[in-house]
Amino acid sequence: MINITGLKLKNPTILAAGIMGTTGASLIRISKCGAGALVTKSIGISQKEGHKNPTMIQLESGGYINAMGLPNPSYHNFKAEIEKVEQNTDTPVIVSIFGGTASEFVEIATQLLKNTEKGVIDAFELNVSCPHAEGYGSMIGCDPGAVGTITAAVKDVVDVPVWVKLTPNVTDIVPIGRSAQENGADAIVAINTVKGMAIDISSGYPILGNRFGGLSGPPVKPIAIKCIYDLYAALDIPIIGAGGVSCWEDAVEMMMAGASGVQIGSAVYDDINIFSTVSKGIDQFITENDTYTKIEDIIGIAHTKL
Amino acid sequence: MRPINARIIDIVNETPTIRTFFFDTELKSENIGQFAMVWVRGIDEIPMALSYNNAITVQKVGEATSALFDLNIDDSIGLRGPYGTGFTLPENNKKKSEVLIIAGGVGAAPLAPLAEKMSGNQGTNIKVTTILGARTESELLFESRFNNSGMLHITTDDGSCARCGFVTDVLSELDLDQYDMIYICGPEIMMSCIFDILQSKQCLHKTEFSLHRYFKCAIGVCGACCIDEEGLRVCKDGPVFRGTRLQNSELGKYKRDSSGTIVPCY
Ligand SMILES: Cc1cc2nc3c(=O)[nH]c(=O)nc-3n(C[C@H](O)[C@H](O)[C@H](O)COP(=O)(O)OP(=O)(O)OC[C@H]3O[C@@H](n4cnc5c(N)ncnc54)[C@H](O)[C@@H]3O)c2cc1C
Ligand SMILES: Cc1cc2nc3c(=O)[nH]c(=O)nc-3n(C[C@H](O)[C@H](O)[C@H](O)COP(=O)(O)O)c2cc1C
Repeated sequence: MINITGLKLKNPTILAAGIMGTTGASLIRISKCGAGALVTKSIGISQKEGHKNPTMIQLESGGYINAMGLPNPSYHNFKAEIEKVEQNTDTPVIVSIFGGTASEFVEIATQLLKNTEKGVIDAFELNVSCPHAEGYGSMIGCDPGAVGTITAAVKDVVDVPVWVKLTPNVTDIVPIGRSAQENGADAIVAINTVKGMAIDISSGYPILGNRFGGLSGPPVKPIAIKCIYDLYAALDIPIIGAGGVSCWEDAVEMMMAGASGVQIGSAVYDDINIFSTVSKGIDQFITENDTYTKIEDIIGIAHTKL
Repeated sequence: MRPINARIIDIVNETPTIRTFFFDTELKSENIGQFAMVWVRGIDEIPMALSYNNAITVQKVGEATSALFDLNIDDSIGLRGPYGTGFTLPENNKKKSEVLIIAGGVGAAPLAPLAEKMSGNQGTNIKVTTILGARTESELLFESRFNNSGMLHITTDDGSCARCGFVTDVLSELDLDQYDMIYICGPEIMMSCIFDILQSKQCLHKTEFSLHRYFKCAIGVCGACCIDEEGLRVCKDGPVFRGTRLQNSELGKYKRDSSGTIVPCY
């Protein structure tokens, strides 16, 4: 058992937001595939269809570029999906939410908590970092003041832990993390996707329906590791890693940089059972290594070297 | 993969609402029944079955399909794929197999190449029977492809050709024990009625249904096309599913639209 902000996880692997997270049934399936916790698709105030396709493609680098455009059925219609997860698994559920203003975040969080039984929602993850939905996400996520205001506003009205998910698309991620911490965030999640674009050379058209989007998968891992390393050094609250994890070695590396838990998204492409594969690999690494007795022993260990 | 550039080399008007577009490139498909993502640049990208090695057969229903209908020979589109699962042929351990194909409307698109492959298969000796349904005579798709592959039963909703009624009327009269496999693709209401009949006759284990749901990433990551109750991804775990895997599923009950909201499926 791993304890992250009071949530009890069977193992440190966590489903990342926006992957297989739109329906209760798919979240339950990922729990059966071994995830220690589940983050839902980011949910907003009203129904949103998202951008036109193509919304995601795999690139030759082994990475992926996506601009889904935050499609979601609205918090009102999403309630039944998360209730189903609670009824069918013990795996903690973190509801990812997004909004254009602090009051939108507050409305979604309070209404969801008010309309569900206690225990259905184990935590919220504030998506202040989506790189490609105009007026939402990373526009807010680049401004330490805005991140602080939203964090404080949500913390004020909820009685569950609040995780704040940051964008790497800034010069320095630390002041933003610090502002979240100072305003009551229980944990930081880093990173969301890295701004990027791909163009079809046969026609000159940008490939994504939204023209540009966010890079994920193996190529972003070094960016994530550096962000996590810096945040761990500067903050006291737990850091949850995300970005490019596709095997247990990646997860161990991310934990050594300072991550208490590791979110996995794009790697579901190759293997939907990635969660159990990675968590078994971490366990074996700890067992076979005389220096460590428990998973917690490796968190942030890179900071004690050099 | 990035979309590959595919130039249109021929366009065939199949019915007043359905056209086949042939391309100068082939998507190397391992299994009949897989689909391609068809990118009409500047408009949208939509899933389409491969109706030949190098062609898609499209019914005009909305924005992207209308934009496709505006294209001419030498225009090009982007293609990704082939993706998803395909149909499985009857097990090879018998000298002679019999299969039944049930196709409704544009659902004939992935099934016509299947009928041709099985009937043309040297040595395996598969006898193909097809029930092909359409609204009206002029909308019958790939009648001759099925006819050349074996026995063909036709139904039209309005009785303008052959039998007046639905494919299910013919299905109810057939002795299903003789078939080693049954393949189904068509409108959801048709597939749902067929599912119920085949379930009541305890045949689901030897059936394959090709489903459709709203696809976004089309590579099994985003989760937009997941169906209840198992959370199966239609784009990656499907689109072709064994009937037994669809028991207690949402098939015929509801679907989710592009926002993920539950809506009626017909
Ligand atoms: C695996 C699969 C294979 C298919 N094969 C064929 C085929 O061979 N021939 C054929 O004519 N049609 C096929 N379809 C259906 C085809 O994808 C839709 O008719 C097409 O997307 C309509 O696009 P539109 O912009 O013209 O219509 P719109 O006006 O955008 O929408 C009309 C309806 O089309 C469907 N649709 C729209 N976009 C998508 C999408 N991205 N994914 C899934 N459905 C969508 C929705 O149900 C929608 O309500 C297939 C669908 C799937 C899932
Ligand atoms: C298809 C797709 C959809 C995503 N949707 C969201 C989302 O709704 N909210 C969010 O905070 N992050 C979203 N992300 C970002 C991921 O949660 C994750 O931070 C990022 O992809 C890096 O991890 P990975 O390399 O393991 O995919 C999405 C990523 C992908 C690939």
